[in-house]
Amino acid sequence: MLKIPKKKKEIYFDHAATTYIDKKVLKIMEPYLKEEYGNPSSLYNKGRVTKRAITDSKKTIASLLHALPENIIFTSGGTESDNLAIFGITKAHQNSGKHIITTTIEHHAVSEPIEQLKKQGFEITYLKVNKEGIVNVKELVKAIRPDTVLISIMHANNEIGSIQPIEEIGREILKFRKKNQTNFPYFHTDACQSAGYLDLDVEKMHVDLLTLNGGKIYGPKGIGILYLRRGVKIEPIMFGGDQEKKLRPGTENVPAIVGLAHAFELVQKNSEKEKIRLERLSKYLWKEVEKNIPKVQLNGPEIGSKDRLPNNVNIVFLDIEGEALILYLDEYGIMCSTGSACTSSSLKPSHVLLAIGLPYEYAHGSLRFSLGHCNSKSDIDYIIKHLPKIVEQLREMSPVNLGVKKHAKYKK
Amino acid sequence: MQNIKNNMQKNTKIKKPIDGRTQGGESWLYSEEVKEHFFNPRNFMRHGEEETFKFNGMGRAGSPACGDEMVIWIQVDKKTDPSSAKATEGEERIKDVRWRTFGCGSAIASTSALSEMLIEDGGLAIDDALKIKPQDIIERLGSLPDRKVHCSVLGDKAFQAAANDYFRNTGQHDRVIIAGSKVIDKELKITDKNIEEAVLEGVSNLEELQKKLKIEKINKDSIPEIEELIKFYNEKYFD
Repeated sequence: MLKIPKKKKEIYFDHAATTYIDKKVLKIMEPYLKEEYGNPSSLYNKGRVTKRAITDSKKTIASLLHALPENIIFTSGGTESDNLAIFGITKAHQNSGKHIITTTIEHHAVSEPIEQLKKQGFEITYLKVNKEGIVNVKELVKAIRPDTVLISIMHANNEIGSIQPIEEIGREILKFRKKNQTNFPYFHTDACQSAGYLDLDVEKMHVDLLTLNGGKIYGPKGIGILYLRRGVKIEPIMFGGDQEKKLRPGTENVPAIVGLAHAFELVQKNSEKEKIRLERLSKYLWKEVEKNIPKVQLNGPEIGSKDRLPNNVNIVFLDIEGEALILYLDEYGIMCSTGSACTSSSLKPSHVLLAIGLPYEYAHGSLRFSLGHCNSKSDIDYIIKHLPKIVEQLREMSPVNLGVKKHAKYKK
Repeated sequence: MQNIKNNMQKNTKIKKPIDGRTQGGESWLYSEEVKEHFFNPRNFMRHGEEETFKFNGMGRAGSPACGDEMVIWIQVDKKTDPSSAKATEGEERIKDVRWRTFGCGSAIASTSALSEMLIEDGGLAIDDALKIKPQDIIERLGSLPDRKVHCSVLGDKAFQAAANDYFRNTGQHDRVIIAGSKVIDKELKITDKNIEEAVLEGVSNLEELQKKLKIEKINKDSIPEIEELIKFYNEKYFD
């Protein structure tokens, strides 16, 4: 049997799940966790200090998004921003229509609120994606109806890293509005995964609402923003004080707000360099896996193409199951994730992998490596040293041999 | 049956199962026993061993599309083994066993544990072995996280198939047990066999199945598994 190494390295390949906090970000947050604890709504100096910190943070974020500070709403994270966008728009405009367009590969923070609206009588069009996980803009245009109030399409996919043509979609939506003399449909995008790597210019993207959060960009968790274009009306989903123009009541999480702004600034400043570095590492990882392990397949667009996040490598290892792989890798200190059903409460493997056309038995054997700041070539060398043996061991235990004989099927 | 009981007693010291996802994640996902079986699986069929391992029964359960599949090979000794004190005349004992499993940690560990139960102390009599339930395997493993139980403990079914294969191989057709169906929805008593039959009659989605089985509302928790099975049987028969 495989020997579990005594000296265990700790290698984090799950940056799409969450990131650690950047030291510089933590340092900037520190005073607001300690002495500057004032409530921004208070009139005395301690309150004014934190109020100013929020204003400055909004300015920082707004300038990176090419937006105005008043367009920024702070929330508790990506999920809340998505919920506020989707319920906020549909509640405010349901008299104008009850049709929503989205994709089959959205994050649950988008697909589940939309599922709720479906139960309330909204009609939903789910755009299919191609085998690389990208929507067809022509099909989207065809799907827009006079009663479409909202289009929500993620910027980059969290599982396979595919990047959607948001700018092109945005332009088409503008064309539709112009032609039909209407303000609808509104366009929302979840940019949590892309915020660290892609340019998020809301004017170029032509989005009306945009979600991003701190926990994926080396900032704190529990903080997110919703960008809301001026003039676009949404209804709040929570009620309370006057904060965030009553659209998101509750005392502001000042340390996290300051941290998010600084983290966003840092990742955007370094994005070009980091993109090149991570793309090189991703390519190296996939090349080495392909060279050393038989029966593997890359999911999503080609690594290094403009359609894929630079830090995402998603691989199917045929004949074995993802959770078992993860448990072995964990013993070696390697952390990554899988699209296997075993990590969910249902029997279904990842909806994203199914949407790009993977058969169930393939989807069960997928691993996602998402790279980030802490990774270097030596991490990948460490993986390549151990992964082939682990795969071989699990394959030896497996009765499945896909592509050789299809024993599981009894076709007539 | 005695052996199973002994094994249960052996395991009274078992620690509570740990599911890292629901309890703060400070420890491993599974019990130490599961971990031990997962990292040191017993009696699995090694590469190349297929040619040399003698067996007179082979059975399969599950499918990779459903996330778990296992194959069990058994070698049943028709004669009584005199070295085993508990053997009575005419009992057929399982002398050796091999398995292979596609699946998550609990699937691999549960097949490994079953293989141990089958052959220890001179081997179980086949009739006793057929009485092993998933609960017995789970107990031996010190239990499993709840959501793992229904999907990953298929070993008893694979063994039943292997035993049937043995009965057929030895001309004991009267002893073949018609495979029991798996109940998917307890309230509505929907089984996998119901779904398989419905698919063969043209059902391809949940709505059509509801129509076919004349059910108004399906329990929400059963839907993923039912949909999965509809898809699985459709692929099996029509792809």
